[in-house]
Amino acid sequence: MKFKTLALAATLALAGTLVPIAHAQNKVQFFPSLTGRTGPVAPNATPFANGYADYMKLVNLRGGINGVMTLVEECETAYATDRGVECYERLKGKHGGATVFQPLSTGITFALTEKIPNDKIPMITSGYGRSDSQDGGVFKWNFPLIGHYWVAGDVVLQHIAKQEGGWDKLRGKKIAVVYHDSPFGKELLPIIDERRKMHGFEVQLLPVPAPGVEQKSIWLQVRQQRPDFVIMQTWGVMTATAIKEAVATGYPREKMFGTWWSGAEPDLRDIGAAAKGYSAVMMQHGAEPNAPVVKEILDKVHAKGQGTGPRDEVGQVLYMRGVVGAMLAVEGVRAAQERFGKGKVMTGEQARWGYENLNLTQAKLDALGFKGVMRPVSTSCFDHMGSAWARVHTWDGAKFTWASDWLQADEQIIKPMVRSSAERYAAEKKITRRDPKDCQS
Amino acid sequence: MLYRENGQFKTSYTTDSRVFPIAQDRIGIALLLAFAVVGVPLLADEYAFRAILIPFLILSLAALGLNILVGYCGQVSLGTGAFMAVGAYAAYNFMVRIEGMPLLLALLMGGVCATVVGVLFGIPSLRIKGLYLAVATLAAQFFVDWAFLRISWFTNNSTSGSVSVSGLNVFGIPLNTPHEKYLLCLGFLVVFAWIAKNLVRSHIGREWMAIRDMDVAASVIGIRPVYAKLTAFAVSSFMVGVAGALWGFVHLGSWEPAAFSIDRSFQLLFMIIIGGLGSIMGSFFGAAFIVVLPIFLNQFLPALGGLFGVSISTAGVAHAELMIFGALIVFFLIVEPHGLARLWSTAKEKMRLWPFPH
Repeated sequence: MKFKTLALAATLALAGTLVPIAHAQNKVQFFPSLTGRTGPVAPNATPFANGYADYMKLVNLRGGINGVMTLVEECETAYATDRGVECYERLKGKHGGATVFQPLSTGITFALTEKIPNDKIPMITSGYGRSDSQDGGVFKWNFPLIGHYWVAGDVVLQHIAKQEGGWDKLRGKKIAVVYHDSPFGKELLPIIDERRKMHGFEVQLLPVPAPGVEQKSIWLQVRQQRPDFVIMQTWGVMTATAIKEAVATGYPREKMFGTWWSGAEPDLRDIGAAAKGYSAVMMQHGAEPNAPVVKEILDKVHAKGQGTGPRDEVGQVLYMRGVVGAMLAVEGVRAAQERFGKGKVMTGEQARWGYENLNLTQAKLDALGFKGVMRPVSTSCFDHMGSAWARVHTWDGAKFTWASDWLQADEQIIKPMVRSSAERYAAEKKITRRDPKDCQS
Repeated sequence: MLYRENGQFKTSYTTDSRVFPIAQDRIGIALLLAFAVVGVPLLADEYAFRAILIPFLILSLAALGLNILVGYCGQVSLGTGAFMAVGAYAAYNFMVRIEGMPLLLALLMGGVCATVVGVLFGIPSLRIKGLYLAVATLAAQFFVDWAFLRISWFTNNSTSGSVSVSGLNVFGIPLNTPHEKYLLCLGFLVVFAWIAKNLVRSHIGREWMAIRDMDVAASVIGIRPVYAKLTAFAVSSFMVGVAGALWGFVHLGSWEPAAFSIDRSFQLLFMIIIGGLGSIMGSFFGAAFIVVLPIFLNQFLPALGGLFGVSISTAGVAHAELMIFGALIVFFLIVEPHGLARLWSTAKEKMRLWPFPH
């Protein structure tokens, strides 16, 4: 048995991609990475993990965070909540303690939200997780930096309204929402419902059971009901399946809009020209093959044979999301170092202060190589999101092109929703809202 | 030499009907329990508690419940995940809707609700058997998945459909540390294992086994299939329901129906098949095999690679884990089709003859 194990391990190591072992140093800032390299979301979650790892390597090549090197250790969750919890427990105490978790799964986010306040480890959930965790007064340790599902939903609807020529044109229109039947999918619905009440369009909900490879009946319903637009809140193999079914049933791709987990290269590459016209809202960045940071990663990391994944995925949508996630994680630590001591390793608790007081100006972002990729981010005690900007891109048959200008989610609508939902959570959990004094700590 | 019952005479009915007739077994179990209560907390770190021991205990309890139904009564069920979900959501509803609901009572009420649902879905077992019954219980799985996803009342109108609990306490003692949670789960498991062991050697257990071995013959000798089958469903679903409530409350803290999907039902069925059908011990072995082995492989493989200076990618480890795990299942089923529990009893037989085998 042992020989077999050895042989298997050896073969795999030869066949698979080789990841250089990062040797533990005295002073490392540990960034755990919960990956989904296998399972139903593997095509999409793999580039994210690669981007995350590559950017951390780049940070080290740039000299670390004021001299503190970063260290990434991965743990495979396969998008399963119980494995995610196991990974969290495994990694949280390693290498001097985890700085911040980015689970890349709404299910795992929900489970960890209950655990992180006890362990005093912050969690960044850019674009996913609990939308109400934007309210830092209740969710002290959660950071849905630069966006959550309600932002995505609001911007998609704004884009559709703009295309039609104003919100009033949506009255009486029928919008179908195809969503992953899980907290991930359902989190989108409150904002759609809120907008429906305001503008009088009709919503048709079409839940798709996970993992979403069987959608024939859903799309037959779409064909039968002929909604004016379809919004998709899908992830992993589900998105590609949905678009294939739309092609098969002849629903026009120009009327289909994805949220930011449903519009990346792995979803559309195999469908190619048939998916032309499909749009998806992007959390700030899209595919950024020309961004300075991408060039730097190619030059400094990939050119030296240190790249984590294939070279051609560098700069793609989900790779970039990994890069942005890593950048936010690192910049939070840098901000914390400003307060707690430059060149020191930050604990999770200190890093949390950094994420809460993040102030990434355009100049800072440009210096990091994110020129044209991102807009400024500024968080505070009561706003753990920091930015609500997004853009929409459209598939032209081979690649994505921008289809809209910068759009901003309507804070007037989202803020009260966030607050009331967070209040509900606080009441259920008997949490008292943080007072301004606690914000200083 | 040490493990032999020579000279242990049964002189009263009480000694004759003991759970563990052999003194060495009693001592062994007492030592094991003492170790579980006192020794493990001294040795285990937080990771071992949260990621290995607590899931192991809870899934052992669920496997124990399922083993009563499948192993003792012969009613194949694929609805275990569903009954766990009923337990978890029912306990959640008791907790949020009734002010000051004690945790233990909520967990047990979760079990009671699971019993009701289990008996309801057990009714078809009176007419259909074997694989057909498995398919019928599959209906429970799909129905329950649907109900907890669609009927928002069950999730207290949570927008995302995910529910969570916190601030648990037992008799006013807050349940914060993994150590306390471990003891709670251990307590449930010990009590239920003791009940299960006694049930299966009582008249009702014999009825279950008679039904399992040949239901026509059983009814000829006066066993009512309705009663026997439905009690098996009831007892089984109760334990599974409590396990489900513990899984949600103690292990996950926040859950969605996906935590109790069809995969969970299969996982539990595999546990009892690998561990040993119709054996209390087998449920523990099976749970240990299925819970601990993948986690062990996942951490052992990179370490092994590290010894030889090779590093295996995360995806590589995940794939290798599944392959080795699958291979081991096949290996054990070929070597011992009756499960790990049989290996254990063979070992005990050998010990009794040692050092003079014949």
